[in-house]
Amino acid sequence: MTDVQGHWDWLFGRLTIQQVPYDNLVVGTAFIFAAIVGLAIVGALTYYRWWGTLYRDWLTTIDHKRIGIMYGLVGTVMLFRGFVDAIMMRTQQVMAAGPLSHGYLGAEHGYLPPYHYDQIYGSHGTIMLIFAATPILAGFMNYLVPLQIGARDMAFPYLNALAFWMTAVGAGLVMISLFIGDFSHAGWVGLAPLTELPYSPDVGVDYWTWALQIGSIGTTIGAVNIIATIVKMRAPGMTWMRLSLFTWTSLTTNVIGLTAFPVLGVAIGLLSLDRYFGTHFYTTGVGGNFMLYTDLFWIWGHPEVYFIILPSWGMMSEIIPTFSQKKLFGYPVMVAATLSIGCISWTVWLHHFFTMGAGPIVNTFYSIATMLVAIPTGVKVFDWALTMVRGRLTFPTPMLWAVSAIFMQIIGGWTGMMLAVPSINYMTHNSVFVIAHFHCVVMVTVFAAVGGATFWFPKMFGFTLHERSGQWVFWLLVGGSFFVFTAMFLLGLTGMPRRLAYVPYAGWWPLLVIEEIGIFVDIAALVAFVWQITVSIRDRNLNRATRDPWGTARSLEWITHSPVPVYNFAVIPHVNARDEWAWRREHHLEHIMPERYADIELPVNTPVPMLIGACTAAFGFAMVWRIWWLAIASLVAIFVIVILRSFTSGGHTIIRADDIRRMEDQAMRAPRRSSAGMVPGAVPAFRTGAAE
Amino acid sequence: MSSYDWGLHDPVPGPQTRLWDEADHEHDLMSTRLFGFWLYMLSDSLIFAALFTAYEVLTFPMSFAGGPTPRDVASPIYGYAETIVLFTSVLAYGMVMVNLKKERTRPAMAWLALSLAIGLGFIGMEYHELHDVALAGGPPQRSGFLSIFWAIVVVHGVHLAIGLLWMVVMLVQIARQGFTQLVTYRLANLKVYWLYQGLIWTFVYTFVYLRGSI
Repeated sequence: MTDVQGHWDWLFGRLTIQQVPYDNLVVGTAFIFAAIVGLAIVGALTYYRWWGTLYRDWLTTIDHKRIGIMYGLVGTVMLFRGFVDAIMMRTQQVMAAGPLSHGYLGAEHGYLPPYHYDQIYGSHGTIMLIFAATPILAGFMNYLVPLQIGARDMAFPYLNALAFWMTAVGAGLVMISLFIGDFSHAGWVGLAPLTELPYSPDVGVDYWTWALQIGSIGTTIGAVNIIATIVKMRAPGMTWMRLSLFTWTSLTTNVIGLTAFPVLGVAIGLLSLDRYFGTHFYTTGVGGNFMLYTDLFWIWGHPEVYFIILPSWGMMSEIIPTFSQKKLFGYPVMVAATLSIGCISWTVWLHHFFTMGAGPIVNTFYSIATMLVAIPTGVKVFDWALTMVRGRLTFPTPMLWAVSAIFMQIIGGWTGMMLAVPSINYMTHNSVFVIAHFHCVVMVTVFAAVGGATFWFPKMFGFTLHERSGQWVFWLLVGGSFFVFTAMFLLGLTGMPRRLAYVPYAGWWPLLVIEEIGIFVDIAALVAFVWQITVSIRDRNLNRATRDPWGTARSLEWITHSPVPVYNFAVIPHVNARDEWAWRREHHLEHIMPERYADIELPVNTPVPMLIGACTAAFGFAMVWRIWWLAIASLVAIFVIVILRSFTSGGHTIIRADDIRRMEDQAMRAPRRSSAGMVPGAVPAFRTGAAE
Repeated sequence: MSSYDWGLHDPVPGPQTRLWDEADHEHDLMSTRLFGFWLYMLSDSLIFAALFTAYEVLTFPMSFAGGPTPRDVASPIYGYAETIVLFTSVLAYGMVMVNLKKERTRPAMAWLALSLAIGLGFIGMEYHELHDVALAGGPPQRSGFLSIFWAIVVVHGVHLAIGLLWMVVMLVQIARQGFTQLVTYRLANLKVYWLYQGLIWTFVYTFVYLRGSI
């Protein structure tokens, strides 16, 4: 074990009361905010007596739908945190431009000292990519994939819950780092050798490594589950060429997740060995090689980019045909494009560091490989466009998001092609041009995910979102993003480097002000979003959803009720066409219900995944603070729990055919609108076991 | 459905059209779990792939930092003996599967115990070897090369240790439950796991021991 600076004792490791930054005004404010929200949640749970249902129906659930919703919640909370980080960075830069800018709160310029600012951009990137985008997309895949393939459950429902808890623990570690100790100041990519112990003696980097390590275990387990589900659990008649595009992209994305995340595990695992055991993988002396880290990180990092973008494209490919009232143009080509992007994602990582000096031949290879990505991506853009050509177009909010995502995709893609040229890249490397480029691409995910959330919200919760406020969210977020990223592109082209706590050139100030205006418009979008959710929940009985609230939906998940009953499909559908629901509607078959129902067997809930998650959280926290006894104890506890569970067979609960018939009849009779109280006919979606 | 039409043409519904699968066919638990485990093995392969990549990078002379070279720390003769031991354990595990097919519990348990014992022997040999390397001035902190040498051998060793723990659990489960469906698929997955550790060892032996001795 390496020696660390400062205090260490066997009981609490490096943890002392001084590590709680209570004297920092910024962190203190965040703490007060988090405490108020936390108390409000605890208060609400107690007041409405929801603790029991929280434990029985949510924390211990292995139902893919509820796990999907929990993924979405974790991702949304983290998205908020990452967004606050973004506001803080924008505000710091606009306040700290030029040598004459004032300093507040102990900073020389602006209001954040460099060490604090560095932690904020590190946590912004880590959170947004790993703990916001990834869980939100995992939530969509969890919820939708079994429904789209006509399955009653995942292949491994228990592993699925475990994957969720690993992700939640990773996110939790990042959140804890805000109030106890520091977070990594070396960026979300963990710039080696800055992450090595001599240069980062604090616990920040350890928080970052363990959060990433644990979260990526969750993603890998989740990938095993979703791939096995798609390969093994499809309904009869659901051939490969009938899979919906979202399922195809989920499959591809999870193949990427399955193969890329282990490499991240190795990359940061070796870094942890350096920090804990004093080995020399990435050190600057004694035979280490820090470019090895950069390579390994981006061998994961670039496939991870496609991990995030592919499901978003899948969602766009579902939304656009629905609101064009046409089937997706060029489906086989779209599938091929998805798979080829998955393959190419593995061959482009070096374009993140053309300036490393690998030489013209290596750079040329990666440059061409990167440009190859534009071919299948271009195919996708044209396919979406040609789907809309001569379609019966309507533009409710999901469609607005999907179409604007195409435009964002084009901007992000074009600038990406510019960066793929090494000679341009040498000039724009580490400038905010790169930041603007990849934010445009990630905004595709944001747009598609918000669009997808609006699109599938009625399927998940049984009522549609308020349309008018949704359009406010759309125009505000698109407008704000336009201001932020246009100004950022210009700043990048004039040479502004990324990661600046102090902007030395005052001439950049006007553009920074435009970015600040843009992000305030984005804040307005956030407010509109909260308003939209509030109004939608208030008016939920006016907006009850039928099976297909859009009237023009196409794929299999719309065959079942909204919200989806616990058993997904009362009888597994026999699939006859690619867009099964649209095919049934066109042939007037959508009202033909099954004649017979059979008993349905479902696995019972189990607290084991949550227990393992708790032990993993203790393990991660103990490793960060070098509390060895706790780390060993929690690791042993994990092994004991896993082994003990293998001796139980896992119970099943049976829903009787009579109950299913009763629930199905009720759902079909359900009134669409009711002005007061609960809708009498609503299916008890979130109850296990027989209907009450 | 003799020719596969790539799903390009949707059928026209007729009296033969089925909308619901009322038979509610079961998904094959065994094949799903085996497939899932193969997927896990794929991700595990990527861990070793990344480690071997790092090994290639960290065997440039500058990474020796004036310390021991591969020739000094990896003995191909000793490594050969280790290979034989590990493969014997894998072979013994194969006999477990033969007895599983014939549904003979006691011989299966005997072979499993033998496989476990030989596996433990391998871990012992590896411990002895690393102990010597550490004493001869080659701890992992000595150079970048030694860091990755230790990392590969120890990560492989940890995989083996987990496999051995798994074997202990399976011994108890066979004794208590016999060849139930759950026990059977676990034994089949453990077979994949154990064979795979043997496979990884051939890579370790080739890249680290044989090439190191050149």
